[in-house]
Amino acid sequence: MATKAPTSGLQTERVRSDGTHEGFLEYRNFYWLKVALVISGVAGLAYALIDVQPRHNGGSGYGYTLGTIGFGLILWLTMLGVRKRRVSSKHWSLKAWTSAHVYLGLSLIIIGTLHTGFQLGWNVHTLAYFLMMLVIISGLFGISAYSVLPERMSFNRDSATETDMLTNLRKIDEQLHEAAQPLDHAHAALVKESLDQNSFGGGIWARLRNSYPRCRTREVHEAIKAEISQGPNTGDEALEKVSILLERKVATLARTRRHLQLKALLEFWLYVHVPMTFALIAALIAHVISVFFYW
Amino acid sequence: MSYIVRYISKTADGREIKRSANFDGDTITIGRDPNSSIVLADLAVDMNHARVVAASRGAIRVESTGGLEFRSNGRSVLQADIDINEGAELGFGAYLLTVGAENGVPVITVQRAASADDAADERQFFQLTGLLPSRRALAWTFTIAVLALFLIWPIWTYSNANAVKDRGSGYHADTAWESGPLSLAHQSLEKNCQACHVNKFESVQDTSCLACHKDDAHDHAPMKRLINARGEKDFGSSIKQFVKNTVGKPQGQCVECHTEHEGAGKMTRTAQVFCTDCHATLQTQLPDTKLANASDFGTGHPQFMVNLTVDPGVMPRQVRRVALDGPLFEDNGLKFPHDIHLSQNNSVARMMRTLGTEQGWGESLDCKDCHIATADGVRFKPMTMEANCQACHSLAFDKIGGTVRTLRHGEPEQVIADLRGFYRSTLPPRPVNLGGMARRQPGQYAAEQTAQDYLLGAKQWPNSAERAIQAVFSKGGACYDCHTINRLNGGIKVTPVVQPDRYMKAGWFDHKAHDTEKCESCHKADKSHKATDVLLPDLASCRTCHVGESGGKIKAVDKPVKSGCAMCHDYHISKNGAPWRPEGDRKKIVGQIAEAR
Repeated sequence: MATKAPTSGLQTERVRSDGTHEGFLEYRNFYWLKVALVISGVAGLAYALIDVQPRHNGGSGYGYTLGTIGFGLILWLTMLGVRKRRVSSKHWSLKAWTSAHVYLGLSLIIIGTLHTGFQLGWNVHTLAYFLMMLVIISGLFGISAYSVLPERMSFNRDSATETDMLTNLRKIDEQLHEAAQPLDHAHAALVKESLDQNSFGGGIWARLRNSYPRCRTREVHEAIKAEISQGPNTGDEALEKVSILLERKVATLARTRRHLQLKALLEFWLYVHVPMTFALIAALIAHVISVFFYW
Repeated sequence: MSYIVRYISKTADGREIKRSANFDGDTITIGRDPNSSIVLADLAVDMNHARVVAASRGAIRVESTGGLEFRSNGRSVLQADIDINEGAELGFGAYLLTVGAENGVPVITVQRAASADDAADERQFFQLTGLLPSRRALAWTFTIAVLALFLIWPIWTYSNANAVKDRGSGYHADTAWESGPLSLAHQSLEKNCQACHVNKFESVQDTSCLACHKDDAHDHAPMKRLINARGEKDFGSSIKQFVKNTVGKPQGQCVECHTEHEGAGKMTRTAQVFCTDCHATLQTQLPDTKLANASDFGTGHPQFMVNLTVDPGVMPRQVRRVALDGPLFEDNGLKFPHDIHLSQNNSVARMMRTLGTEQGWGESLDCKDCHIATADGVRFKPMTMEANCQACHSLAFDKIGGTVRTLRHGEPEQVIADLRGFYRSTLPPRPVNLGGMARRQPGQYAAEQTAQDYLLGAKQWPNSAERAIQAVFSKGGACYDCHTINRLNGGIKVTPVVQPDRYMKAGWFDHKAHDTEKCESCHKADKSHKATDVLLPDLASCRTCHVGESGGKIKAVDKPVKSGCAMCHDYHISKNGAPWRPEGDRKKIVGQIAEAR
């Protein structure tokens, strides 16, 4: 692997000469994709050509070679976490690192699988393989999230910032509070429920699925709306005002929740990717020690 | 009566702002209604929630007007009597009303209960921080769990079970290290890792294998020659060797070939390449070897080498190794013409027809009439006079009453003694004209003469024994015609007959596996006139059916039988056993041949 920093990987190359943005996937005209393909191809070819008796396994010369390369690669890939915390223009650009991280990480699917010789079982060795695949798959999810979600997020936000969203909500709440002052106690209690409820509760699943079935704001809004349309006392201006405010709150909530969902999806994979990477390194340590312990 | 109501509110930077209002009269109201004396803008508060009434001097009563409760000193009540000098805390929704007294006037301080500052959490609100444990915590948890379950626990199990012979059932943490199931033959060791993995960080030693495999793991060759025979002298190989030696897996260990944990299967047939890696070019790698190169049975196999008896008279048997090229001869001590015995139209055949019914023979003598297979069918039992020859070649020499006396086979001294005894105890046959019952008449001179001659003859009779003994051990005699007679130092010695059970000790031949064939397709016995003919089939004969492992052949073969080295040869050369073969393998091959024919 090259140790010299490629000049084209400097931070100054963030933007192409024609002014368009070059993402980490297309970096240097897919340089690391090509490297990963060459590595995978060589590994696959060697797998086909080398005759291991009685069958391919991690304990052959070829198996140990792949294992060593794989372990080294995993440790290097983990270093992205260190690299991205160190702001630098001297070393490879973060984009170069990320590009190499993604493609070399994907080549681990080939290297790791061939290292197993397709022999899997309920043991620490397969645990390491399983964790590796989990990390890679979560990483794949991350790549797709990064390439798809920001656009949707931008569309959903409609140039409103996060602070805008929250401020908006708070203002609606304040207006609701004020508008509800003239209401009788029963209606006031309803509005209070909408004000008191944490509209974003429900935990990680609610957020990832954007599902809030017990949203009091929506329920209260529907109840009040129904009362206004059916009830004889249609001239209750305070209640109508509250209804309009609740409708605005429901709409703002929907957008904010969608934003939260997209943001959670964008972030959630890292909660698998990062802890599982460390679990993987632990499993690899156990894997290597166990192999030599029962040598 | 008057009241002082004091409002306290906080600015953004935490500063307090106090406002006061005085109310005259006995009663003031509390509620959301802007007309109330104390307005509490909280939806939890009723429009007209409560009123404060002066009870007596220094005491007030707070009572609910709409039937909704409020808190008094922490309890929910509908009415509270308060001594203003003692004070009290009242709660309406998010508002806290503290009752006290200043100069005997009730003072009610109103402040909103502190609410959580939303802005502080704003930054984290859009992240998952609060919803999930931190990534760092997750990483530590998983890392520690994996190391504990899959590293520390197995090591602990190992250290507890190291000297134990059998751990018994139950879960043993070090089985989590097992890279794959053991082969079927080793299934019983599945839970006893320490049976093979004795010392930590040490490869499985041969001693572990040999603890059970005492009799079936003979060395193929001395280790040094084995390693030399591999001919791995190039740079790559020496690096490989260096690495192997460094990590404690030197060449030649059992485990170098016998890898384990490759799945719960049966041991597979040894591939030819395993042998030919060395044997194809053995003469180059081991210049002093006596073995010829062998690369494939069909295309590159040396002629068979047979062990022929040097001299049947010398014990123990000494052999010379001769290639089976051209007709070979071996003196095994016996005179036996196969052709005469197998002929269908000579005296032997006629005798077969005479004795056939009685002995269960056919029209003529057949191989199987004499050559009886051993129990396993691999070879044939040795010939014996009693079982295989005597039915025709009788050694009878006398008959007393109905009892036939025979010479003792295999004991020449006894034969000599019996013959001497015979002549000593008997008289020559009486001439007919000396018949005892006839009346004698005078003048019968001739009869007298006969009697006198007979008496003279009878006197000499015992001396005839020597002639008979000589005759038996000479040409035309009962012993001589089959055996080699040695007359050294005046004594008579019969050379023992050598019947080797195998001529080719390095290869294995199973007659039963060839029972689809006729004897004469390989052994040209019907053309052999002398017992010295070596009737073994040569390489070319075998190659009429057997081709190399992958079908290699020199001449066209009609129904080829693919034959790897392991079909006849055993790596762990056992003294007298068949080469190891996977179960059912032989049956499969024989089945294929039978089907092909």
